[in-house]
Amino acid sequence: MSEIIEAIFEALRLVLSLDADLIEISLRSLKITLSAVVIASVIGLPMGAWLAVYNFRGRRSFIVVLNALMGLPPVVVGLFVYLVFSRTGPLGVLGLLFTPTVMILAQVFILVPLIASIAHQVMRDLWREYADLLSSLDASLWQKIGTLLRDGRHGLLTASLAGFGRGIGEVGAIMIVGGNIDHATRVLTTAITLETSRGHFALALGLGLVLVGLSLLVNILVHLVAHIREVEE
Amino acid sequence: MSTATTLPIQLKGATVQRKGKVIVGPIDLSVEGRGITMVIGPNGAGKTSILRMLHGLDALSEGSLHWQGGAKRVRKKQGYVFQTPVLLRRNVLENLVYPLKLRGMARVKATKHAMDALAHVGLNTFAQHAARTLSGGERQKLALARALIMEPELLLLDEPCASLDGNATKAIEAILISARKTGTRILMTTHDMGQARRLADDVLFIVKGKIHEAGTAETFFAAPETPEARAFLNGDILP
Repeated sequence: MSEIIEAIFEALRLVLSLDADLIEISLRSLKITLSAVVIASVIGLPMGAWLAVYNFRGRRSFIVVLNALMGLPPVVVGLFVYLVFSRTGPLGVLGLLFTPTVMILAQVFILVPLIASIAHQVMRDLWREYADLLSSLDASLWQKIGTLLRDGRHGLLTASLAGFGRGIGEVGAIMIVGGNIDHATRVLTTAITLETSRGHFALALGLGLVLVGLSLLVNILVHLVAHIREVEE
Repeated sequence: MSTATTLPIQLKGATVQRKGKVIVGPIDLSVEGRGITMVIGPNGAGKTSILRMLHGLDALSEGSLHWQGGAKRVRKKQGYVFQTPVLLRRNVLENLVYPLKLRGMARVKATKHAMDALAHVGLNTFAQHAARTLSGGERQKLALARALIMEPELLLLDEPCASLDGNATKAIEAILISARKTGTRILMTTHDMGQARRLADDVLFIVKGKIHEAGTAETFFAAPETPEARAFLNGDILP
């Protein structure tokens, strides 16, 4: 119990003192995860809408695989990306291993199935409502997808936020491909792992509370913006 | 809008099946000319399916359907109003701008055109309201305005006044009469025989997926030929 109280004080001390290391690590965590969420949303949201609208042979199997990939173990993704970008790997020449760029890429691999799958569920419900109308108005496939994305954007926000939640708390893949290098690739989750292994439990818990706070803050801000826009419309 | 026509539409032995069960057909029908044709018949007769078939929403299981000028032009030349109006999750004005933009019209021109259409159906004061906040009658008027804004040569309406009160029904009928005057060919289903008598130039009487009578409204209501039509007009329940 005392460790938890100590951790809360440690978190408060870190935040209130605007600890330079904490701010650097927190900003890096946000930058990497937000970049990954934006890229994964650009891929996953239209994919979800496309799956709702376009009927092709094997669609059901594709959706089953996509849903299964939601549970893709991050360490496996990390290992795969590591092998691809390691010096002897096919893309090793790019020299991206142990950089934030490859950490973003690993997160994109993890987040695309999650965002696409949730988006598909949201889009499928909207498509049931719109299918006859959009067919009657002679909308093309891409016009249908665009319409679903636009009119279902509030539901799609949930998909992207779920991606953010998964990304900001991810540790396995980014530890492998990022290497947890101080002032380079260290993020909140990898810092927590490091401090725990060093036995600095209060600091680790303090960082954990900062992580939870950041996650909540981003969710609240996004919901507030979405709510204001919904009321305006 | 293109002046090319899709009329006449000709159906020969047209049949629609769902899960092995015949919903409509086989029917022979030619849709051409002018005026309002009322598609009437008991519940489950296949009235909606005939409209959906003519619009290309339901595929034929057997028989043929020929649109003048080919199938590609059909949706551009037809408007369809569903029994339960499907409105986009946007404001009233955007619901009318949307189909115009689909056809490539510039936003400024589309907005002006949409405002004129809203004024025509008396919804211009609601332009910036969310479409989902409209009443049932207003929603149906908006759906009708959206179908008419594309200046269709054939307008298909599936019980547009079902569950509307007298005033809303009167407003919808006024819009339809105005559309008929401008040369729009109209096919609509209804359960309201009063409405059928008020609006119909022709009648298609459907029972169990087949056309039992087709002719002028005057003849049909004055002297129905089949026992089923007589029973239906008497308010009897058909087996």
